[in-house]
Amino acid sequence: MRLLTHNMLSCNIKGVSNGFPLRLEAEKWVEKEVELNADFLRGIFPKIEWKALAGAARAIGYDQLPDEADASMLDSDDFLRRFHHALLELHVEEGALVCPETGRRFPINKGIPNMLLHEDEV
Amino acid sequence: MEMNMLWSSEIFFVGDKFLYASHSSFVTMALRRNLVGCTSFCFPPVFLCWIAAMDYSIDIGSSSFSTKCKLSSRTVSSKSLHKTAQIRLLSRHPEVYEPCDDSFALVDALLADRANLLQHKPRLCMEVGCGSGYVITSLALMLGEENSGVHYFATDINPHAVDVTRATLEAHGVHAEIITTDIASGLHKRLAGMVDVVVVNPPYVPTPEEEVGCEGITASWAGGENGRKVIDRILPVVDELLSGKGWLYMVTLTANNPSQICRLMREKGYASRIIVQRSTEEESLHVIKFWHEDIAEMEGARAVASGPESWLSQFPLKSFWRGGTGSIG
Ligand SMILES: C[S@@+](CC[C@H](N)C(=O)[O-])C[C@H]1O[C@@H](n2cnc3c(N)ncnc32)[C@H](O)[C@@H]1O
Repeated sequence: MRLLTHNMLSCNIKGVSNGFPLRLEAEKWVEKEVELNADFLRGIFPKIEWKALAGAARAIGYDQLPDEADASMLDSDDFLRRFHHALLELHVEEGALVCPETGRRFPINKGIPNMLLHEDEV
Repeated sequence: MEMNMLWSSEIFFVGDKFLYASHSSFVTMALRRNLVGCTSFCFPPVFLCWIAAMDYSIDIGSSSFSTKCKLSSRTVSSKSLHKTAQIRLLSRHPEVYEPCDDSFALVDALLADRANLLQHKPRLCMEVGCGSGYVITSLALMLGEENSGVHYFATDINPHAVDVTRATLEAHGVHAEIITTDIASGLHKRLAGMVDVVVVNPPYVPTPEEEVGCEGITASWAGGENGRKVIDRILPVVDELLSGKGWLYMVTLTANNPSQICRLMREKGYASRIIVQRSTEEESLHVIKFWHEDIAEMEGARAVASGPESWLSQFPLKSFWRGGTGSIG
């Protein structure tokens, strides 16, 4: 699971209003090099919740993202590289995503988060 | 290596032989169906003639091979050979749907529309119900990945299916973000309005209601009344996910009442067109493309002018439930 996906996931339990961002508890993660595409990064930037990305990156030991970011930073190659690395090159293999409101844990196994709900949560 | 061929192609390995079959044809479907061990299939007489009209030359243990198709031919380079996932590289599991006619029809539809898809420059693509991963892998091979700025998501409700999809993607050296979930639950809020291409081969077989959403392989086909139970839950989610320029490609069965599905989508502002229509003795399948009405003109004009791959796009004009125009109202 890339941090891009973490940034797009929220708790889907019925009645939960504050289900984003899910807290990332990573046990195992890997880095995989990916070609940088600046157009993609610039296009997706406005859709990214920056604090959630920076927080998740920190949870897996990458602290090179600024606490806050705005679109003007996209002109910097250095910023783009860090953004790219955090968003696409860090893969969480094992761990869990934890709902900030209910504490419900959604397991991540072999890089795949499981968001399936129990019957009483739907 | 060059070869004469009709449409696009794929190589199959049967035992120690190379076998080339033309893509986008019933002949291929019939051959593949046997190869992947799907249930009984009878060659309709007309397609037997097609097979007879094809002159396969099979090379054993050699990298050179050729196939002459007497219907018509054009020359392409071998580079285009792997625009779709390869059957021999697919992962499998007894509880996971193996690619069948419907999967091939969907991939053929995407291939037929590939020129448009490339021009469309999607940023995020998603498959709902990825099963073996055959479709999402093929889409990633067709459109390229990070270097072309395209990213893929795939979901399935069956935990075995997501594992199989991961293995299939890996075997082809492509990547999609996979999520075990019901349709796009957990993703749809944040991804709303961001997905440019959604592909779905849903569970569409009419079944008793209680079979819908059962565990394992049953979920791959059980569609409840008219086979619409899951489809009718998927459509509003897709509507939420799609960006303004977003496209949906979905497989339907005649029993699903596709024209009514199109009317339903029309009410949400979508135009539609049949990209592939197929009949076997068992079922009649359509792959329908949906897009927001306001960009319909541009889209339609390009589809007809997009070269050899639009061959299939012209099938819809002969749609049996509505003749005359390419769009469905
Ligand atoms: C007909 S199979 C298609 C598999 C694969 N896409 C293909 O074309 O070969 C339908 C798939 O949808 C999945 N599915 C069924 N209901 C679902 C749901 N509510 N949410 C997500 N996936 C679902 C099934 O597990 C199955 O893998």
